[in-house]
Amino acid sequence: MIINSRFFNRSELMGFIALAAVLLVILPLTLDVFRLNLVAKYLTYAFVALGLVLCWGYGGILSLGQGVFFGLGGYCMAMFLKLEASSVENTKIQSTPGIPDFMDWNQITALPFFWQPFHSLTFTILAIILVPGIFALIIGTAMFKRRVGGTYFAIITQAVAAILTILIVGQQGYTGGINGMTDLRTLKGWDIRPDHAKVILYFVEVVLLFACIGIAQFIRLTKLGRILVAMREQEDRVRFSGYSVANFKIFAFCMAAIFAAIGGAMFALNVGFMSPSFVGIVPSIEMVIYTAVGGRMSIFGAIWGAILVNFAKTSLSESFPQLWLFGLGALFIAVVLAFPNGLSGLWADYVQPHIDRLFASRKAKSGWNGNSVADGAPAE
Amino acid sequence: MFGDYSLGDLGSIFVMQGFAGLILFSVYVLMALGLAIIFGQMGVINMAHGEFMILGAYVTWMTSNLFQVYLPSLFSGYFFLAMILAFLASGALGMLVEWVLIRHLYKRPLDTLLATWGLSLMLQQAYRSVFGAREVGVELPQWMLGSLHVTDSIEVPINGVFVMCLTVLITIAVAYVLYMSRWGRQVRAVVQNRIMAGAVGINTEKVDRYTFGLGCGIAGVAGSAFTMIGSTGPTSGQLYIVDTFLVVVFGGAASLLGTIASAFSISQTQSTLEFFMSGSMAKVLTLLAVVGILMLRPQGLFALKVRK
Repeated sequence: MIINSRFFNRSELMGFIALAAVLLVILPLTLDVFRLNLVAKYLTYAFVALGLVLCWGYGGILSLGQGVFFGLGGYCMAMFLKLEASSVENTKIQSTPGIPDFMDWNQITALPFFWQPFHSLTFTILAIILVPGIFALIIGTAMFKRRVGGTYFAIITQAVAAILTILIVGQQGYTGGINGMTDLRTLKGWDIRPDHAKVILYFVEVVLLFACIGIAQFIRLTKLGRILVAMREQEDRVRFSGYSVANFKIFAFCMAAIFAAIGGAMFALNVGFMSPSFVGIVPSIEMVIYTAVGGRMSIFGAIWGAILVNFAKTSLSESFPQLWLFGLGALFIAVVLAFPNGLSGLWADYVQPHIDRLFASRKAKSGWNGNSVADGAPAE
Repeated sequence: MFGDYSLGDLGSIFVMQGFAGLILFSVYVLMALGLAIIFGQMGVINMAHGEFMILGAYVTWMTSNLFQVYLPSLFSGYFFLAMILAFLASGALGMLVEWVLIRHLYKRPLDTLLATWGLSLMLQQAYRSVFGAREVGVELPQWMLGSLHVTDSIEVPINGVFVMCLTVLITIAVAYVLYMSRWGRQVRAVVQNRIMAGAVGINTEKVDRYTFGLGCGIAGVAGSAFTMIGSTGPTSGQLYIVDTFLVVVFGGAASLLGTIASAFSISQTQSTLEFFMSGSMAKVLTLLAVVGILMLRPQGLFALKVRK
């Protein structure tokens, strides 16, 4: 394995440019606002996939509860937006004006205490990062310090997703129940519903995504990233070398949780509502499959995976609703059996060598013999 | 909160609630037995377990319809044939799945999770295409309807008693097969040391296939029994899967006794809590308690001491 001192090696730089070109130039120029907003929705899952690359691909920890963190981030954002939409003049037809409509329907007359701080945007943004982060810290500490991992960790995170869903659905008066928080309108007085707002939000989201890619890439390149990989391959050897394996796992899990929460918050902004159907077990497992299809070892692969699978889901389930579940199921099985490294693995195994050969032959003609094959090889 | 009830009422309520807990317990045990074999013994995470149960339920539904049309005189006994058919159908599908999918993944347990989840999606869609999206209910024979009056204030439904008896029988059968029979010894030998078991002449591939088939077959019987209590739809299986895994993990994956003990404690906690609060909050508290205890004791209640 060649450790590159540059931030991106050549193939990663190409991946970066390709993604930036598609997201920032090609898609906004070719798609109408409705489709662009759909892409924005897919990209919220790209945040989750990015986190899963760190924690599952690199750390070897499969979390089936990313929907929990996606939901926590989304609900924090939705609570702020809901409070803003429930100003006294907007809700004057209610029996108690000034509280969200679903509380009024459920005979709750005062704003619950944990809703109060969500009047402040600063607090909300902090909460989007800290609430899931601290939650992941608690779960991670409890599990990894006792060396629980692998399948047991997956099942327990799944149970946590189930618990949170039941809780949200059951506590209708505080959470909006099964319908979730709907009718979100403005952000600090700025209407998020019209077309130009959707476009601006899309660009904000893409910029945020690239910021998160930068953070993930930074983690991957530092010693930390290499310890994560070492840990996944030979956990005991890393432990015997004196590293605290648990702390590194907790860190990767918390980062994944925070990325997922940012995705969730952007989801609430872009789509205009948040509901428990994005929290539970089924969406959590679908988030894992986005990562698996794109490539659990590749940051860019996972992002493409999230976009492509969601795109396929939308277009296939519109036209062939029956085929879609068969297709998705087959995709799960194919990824596991046939290409465990996902699309990026296919790219690295079949496409990349041809490109490299092409470059190498050109360079050979011009009399320069670069070390491009090793450079373009996958990191592992 | 007890002020409104007399002592006698309270007694009956606790008996009834305890009995409701026992029915829930039977349901959990039935669901978890198959999984305890597949996950506990083989280490395979079978997310399609619920769909194997639903297959059993659909087989039962079809059998009852056939009896109604062609053999109405024997309708009261259709259930026993349906259970055998459900076992065979789910078991056969399980063996097929093992051959196509699972045998390639024994060294990658987390990947079995993804693959079987894909399988469960495909099965769900297959059920929807074949049987329709609506939930179907089985018509119970006359003798299963109604309830037993134990005293004036305590009564228990007959179908619940039937499911409980069934659970006891199946558990005894599974325990016998795994711990007494020659084949069960082979299963446990393969689980403990695959290479050595192969070296002494056990056909480990065959044992794997039949073990997986047995686990799926029991799931089918469980699904068959569920038709006595509720209706069946294409996605019903997903409702049970987390509960089932928690029961197995909480009990200690490889221990049959642990599975039963954890099913008992979880079901009794839940049905007792349901008396004091809403069903969803009871469920949340029960799951929280289970997750909390698992964090303190990750190996489950009855951990086997095995050298690794």
